[in-house]
Amino acid sequence: MAARKTYRTRGIVLRHLPIGEADRIVTIFTPEFGKIRAVARGVRRTRSKLSGHLEPLTYVATSLAHGRTLDVISEAQTVRSFRGLREDLALMSKAVYLAELADAFLAEQEASRELFGLLSDCLAALESSAEPSRMLPWFEVRMLRLSGFGPELHECVECRLTLEPGDYVYSSDLGGVVCDGCRAVSSGQVLPLSLGANKVLRYYSGRDLAGALDLAVPSHVSLEVSRVLRSYIRHVLERELKSVEFMDLVAE
Amino acid sequence: MVNHNSPGAEPVGRLIEEFDKLPGIGPKMAQRLAYHLVRMPEESARSLADALIAVKERIVLCSICYNITEQDPCRICSDPARDQSRICVVEEALDVMALERTGVFRGLFHVLHGAISPMNGIYPGDLKIEPLLARLRDGVVQEVVLATNPNMEGDATSMYIHNLLAPTGIRVTRPASGLPVGGDLEYADEVTLGRAMESRQDL
Repeated sequence: MAARKTYRTRGIVLRHLPIGEADRIVTIFTPEFGKIRAVARGVRRTRSKLSGHLEPLTYVATSLAHGRTLDVISEAQTVRSFRGLREDLALMSKAVYLAELADAFLAEQEASRELFGLLSDCLAALESSAEPSRMLPWFEVRMLRLSGFGPELHECVECRLTLEPGDYVYSSDLGGVVCDGCRAVSSGQVLPLSLGANKVLRYYSGRDLAGALDLAVPSHVSLEVSRVLRSYIRHVLERELKSVEFMDLVAE
Repeated sequence: MVNHNSPGAEPVGRLIEEFDKLPGIGPKMAQRLAYHLVRMPEESARSLADALIAVKERIVLCSICYNITEQDPCRICSDPARDQSRICVVEEALDVMALERTGVFRGLFHVLHGAISPMNGIYPGDLKIEPLLARLRDGVVQEVVLATNPNMEGDATSMYIHNLLAPTGIRVTRPASGLPVGGDLEYADEVTLGRAMESRQDL
């Protein structure tokens, strides 16, 4: 039998699932190859030299061998452990949410350097105690935009007229703001979107992480923004993300 | 489930299917086991079948610690020689066996039957955490050892329980995280090595 071809890549471990006696299937998000699902043999044994390097949220350099169905991880070395995220429950729950969101929006084997940069920047910011209430909604907006689901915030999604400054509603079905005139004829669920919340969403759409972290948002506006984003994300993914419930449960 | 092992009699196919459902057994192994059983003397086969039935009929969960047991309360919970002031919390019944083999811990156990895994939809409510809290209310227990696995799910579980116990004033400990016996330092990941260095001990 010819030697199996191996390749090296780096990425962030999004999740793992036990399989067989001591193995795991590890999902790694790499900038080069997108999401890879690979088998890590024996990692549930305490003496495995791979296991500590393949925990979720670890940024890891790996060597993989092409397998028949799934590739097999032969080597793994931590590049950055994000240990701070694993030793605080509230931070961990948020980091896991970011990872699940990235996992949900990313198709297998679809390279996305931008999305990768987004996730690694946000994990790093979370670890260095960036304010999560400012970072999470920015991450959600950027993720939606990078995946082609950017919310329409400047014109009415029904009549396509530019919106005058004011309070409107947001339609998850249509992926954007609906003006007063169209609201009556528009079908489906809508959520209130005040001028303030819309401005915050527009700001997040156009700014980098540092900009988002600079913006102080009143808590009632922040609540409105995250309610709209979560409802929209649920609509786009057609399911509830599993880590949301836990994140809310352990929020400080 | 599809019967992918068509040659041979129907009962054999059924047996292969049943083996295939077990953890760590693939379709090939399932076939080998099934054909091995076919050739086995009837007596041995009956003894295996009896053992299977006995497990299902006689094994229950201990109503105190939720370990698997033949008698309720289990052998450990009903042993007066065990230290009643310490409870070691583990994820699975197999972890109790592993810890018992060390002979180091002489207190009681509590089996959670899982670990919190936000991504896989396993939440605190799915574990035996409430019965653990109930065991702590009478003030006898002085220490809770959180011996969940040293991985993300186990860490999340122990941090969650730790937060719940903080107001009670009960001492909460976690087994040290460090270098495995017989291992090589160079292969250790930085979290393990970091924790090992932080909790180093005087010789």
